[in-house]
Amino acid sequence: MTRRARYLAVVRTVAWRNLHSVIRAPALLLPMLAFPLFFYMAFAGGLSAVGSLPGFDYYNYDAFQFVFVLLQSAAFGGVFIGFSIGADFDSGFTRRLLLAAHDRSAVIVGFGVAALIRAAFVWAVVFGIALATGMEVGGDGIELAGLIGLAVIVNVAAFLFAAGMMTRLRTLQAAPAMQLPLFMILMTAPIYVPRNLLEGWISSVAQVNPFTAIVEAGRSLMAGDPFHVLLAFAAAAGFAALLSIFAIRGLRKAEAAG
Amino acid sequence: MTAQAATPTLRSQAPYLAWRSVIRTIRQPIVIVPPLVFPLFLLAINASGLSAATNIPNFPTDSYLAFALAFPFMQGSIFATNTAGTNVAQDIGSGFFNRLALTPMSGRSLLVGQLTGVLLIGTLQAVAFLAAGLAAGASIQSGVLGALVLFVLSLCIAAAFGAIGLFAGLRTGSAEAVQGLFPLMFILLFLSSATLPRDLIASDWYRTVATINPVSYLIEGLRSLIITGWDFEALALGFGVAIAIFVVAIWGSTVALRNRMVRT
Amino acid sequence: MEASNGIEVNGLVREFKNGPRAVDGIDLRVEPGEIYGFLGPNGAGKSTTVHMLTTLLPPTAGSATVAGYDIVSDGAAVRDAIGVALQDAALDLLLTGREHMKLQGGLHGLSSEEIATRGSSLLERVGLSEAADRRVGGYSGGMKRRLDLALALIHSPRILFLDEPTTGLDVQSRAALWDEVSGLARRDGVTVFLTTQYLEEADALADRVGIIDRGKLVAEGTPGALKAQIGRPTLEAVPLDSGQKERLEAVLAGFGDPLPVSNGSAAVRLTDGTEELADVVRRLDSEGIKVADLQLHAPSLDDVFLAKTGRSLEGAGDTEPVEQDTGEHATA
Repeated sequence: MTRRARYLAVVRTVAWRNLHSVIRAPALLLPMLAFPLFFYMAFAGGLSAVGSLPGFDYYNYDAFQFVFVLLQSAAFGGVFIGFSIGADFDSGFTRRLLLAAHDRSAVIVGFGVAALIRAAFVWAVVFGIALATGMEVGGDGIELAGLIGLAVIVNVAAFLFAAGMMTRLRTLQAAPAMQLPLFMILMTAPIYVPRNLLEGWISSVAQVNPFTAIVEAGRSLMAGDPFHVLLAFAAAAGFAALLSIFAIRGLRKAEAAG
Repeated sequence: MTAQAATPTLRSQAPYLAWRSVIRTIRQPIVIVPPLVFPLFLLAINASGLSAATNIPNFPTDSYLAFALAFPFMQGSIFATNTAGTNVAQDIGSGFFNRLALTPMSGRSLLVGQLTGVLLIGTLQAVAFLAAGLAAGASIQSGVLGALVLFVLSLCIAAAFGAIGLFAGLRTGSAEAVQGLFPLMFILLFLSSATLPRDLIASDWYRTVATINPVSYLIEGLRSLIITGWDFEALALGFGVAIAIFVVAIWGSTVALRNRMVRT
Repeated sequence: MEASNGIEVNGLVREFKNGPRAVDGIDLRVEPGEIYGFLGPNGAGKSTTVHMLTTLLPPTAGSATVAGYDIVSDGAAVRDAIGVALQDAALDLLLTGREHMKLQGGLHGLSSEEIATRGSSLLERVGLSEAADRRVGGYSGGMKRRLDLALALIHSPRILFLDEPTTGLDVQSRAALWDEVSGLARRDGVTVFLTTQYLEEADALADRVGIIDRGKLVAEGTPGALKAQIGRPTLEAVPLDSGQKERLEAVLAGFGDPLPVSNGSAAVRLTDGTEELADVVRRLDSEGIKVADLQLHAPSLDDVFLAKTGRSLEGAGDTEPVEQDTGEHATA
């Protein structure tokens, strides 16, 4: 077997194992599915009156919330896989994986592939339900593909962050250390109203929060009026690249720890 | 030398179990800090992020901070569910429950003891949230007495949700199952009048769900003390729902405990 | 039985929901002040028996009295009279050793003074005085076991149940625990019901041993009497040249019953006892078979188990089926 073939075999096996555990115990997918659906219902449903405020210029409040929920689920989907890595460290299974793989980064990539596949499933379900409940889509196929592309990069970046944290902390008990920073980044973006309607400290934070650019670009794609999309992609991809170094270095630390 | 033991009673046993519950709570910062920090963080986000919502016609106050201040009390209660349930589930999983079952411990003592830790966190939370709200500029329309009633209502709610956690922990014996409740409770919290008054919710289905959801009445009871003053109907509903949840959950916990503690 | 710190078991049965019987009709008696060793492989039914006798599990059939009280109808009285250290030490890692004493003593209705006095005394007795105010999370396995034992004694029970108390302990900790258990019975007259999978533990500690296999009591008696039933010693030899193993086995087979061994040696239970040893050596010499090692073993409890069940005790066990505690079952 060539080195590339072996690498891909490890990636496939690790990804299969993770997906297989979800198929065997679908309840594992429940939090990943339930949270985005619930947030969408709570925000789009409960706060729909906010869409009528003066200064709220977006074409549809449901779509406004959908984009945030999509990107949020992409981010948390990446982090949830980090829980699997932590659990494997706690059980000692990671050692088995690291011993079996010739190139150990394939183990990390395998988890990443599983994260993406799980996220894609969630997006499909959430999108279907949003459409069924009356969400209007302003963008065309290419723009929607762009939105999905953005979500993919967010998912990858979040996963790499989680992988980097878990390979350093090496226990599921460190889960809050992963969730909290992500939560703070997500929640200080314009969730409920556009940036122009934000007041107080959150307005200042949203201005400098890189996730704001990603959410706004996503919303512009959804509306069929792309705005600063390339910048958003560049920012997301840049973060993903930095976090890949973070993840690889974490892997080396885990290897050194034995 | 044989130790001469008095016949143990609820009065003699509950303090020991309560003491243990308090000690365990104090020695686990992870149990104290997130229930304080996370709700305050969300309050800060929502108060600032949704401040424009006060421009919706007929919004009951011009301060979204005051409107949203009830929310962290409810959120804190969800943590109470988690803490109480996880503690008892861990005892079952580790076998410590069997250790207790082999003593003359009564079921009621265990329940009282476990809830004590919950009430301790609930007290810390109530003080923290009230202090944070006041420091950020919110005012309590019902005054000092209203603040005390707010405190008492929040403890009732904490006890009610703690009892739900106990039921889940005793019924399942699994800390993971209890923690799996957390997202569901979160959903219950949001599908309520947490973010907007019920009469301003534009979506019909959402408004219906919020009307059926008992959490709405808990939030509205708390909120009424902050933004309205003395709304006895809202208070009666708030206390009534909290007590009803507590009674049902404690009854369920008692049954689950009886089945769990199979000792002859 | 009139004695107030003995155990009597009649036809005790515990059936699982889907059929298998973890305990299948056990009859036994433990005399007051006796150390009774309940020996068997993993999955034999030892822990299930202990759970029933300590009132944590109702029997499906049969009866038992512990300290003169029926385990089904007088559960509370049984619990007052017994101390229990189960297979898992089951301690609260956030509490200190002394705090555990306080909790356990308090739940048993002891006064604060009694808890303080007796607690300190017991902690000293098990060698935990210095560690008493440290959280149990920092204790070693041996320290946890000793604390468990001390906790089981806080209310001065007449009967002590120890479920595999030395599993996972190092040799030193095990010896210390044996000393303590032995002292309890000899000095304090406490009746001890001890389950173990270790032959040497049953041999060293128990006045009488009951051997359980697949839920049934297959042998009972003093260790000496049980071994005497088997009577014959075992000879085990390791060939110097592994190629001569078959010839070695053939020679030894002429002196007794071959025994299964898996480590490259050959073993036989000698027909005529130790007197045959010289003949064996002479025969091996005449056949030109050189041995690297030659050992004569007196009968062991493992030999007893083998004779009764056809299997060796060590390595004989499955994991004892654990009833899934769904919280839905009701008392019998």
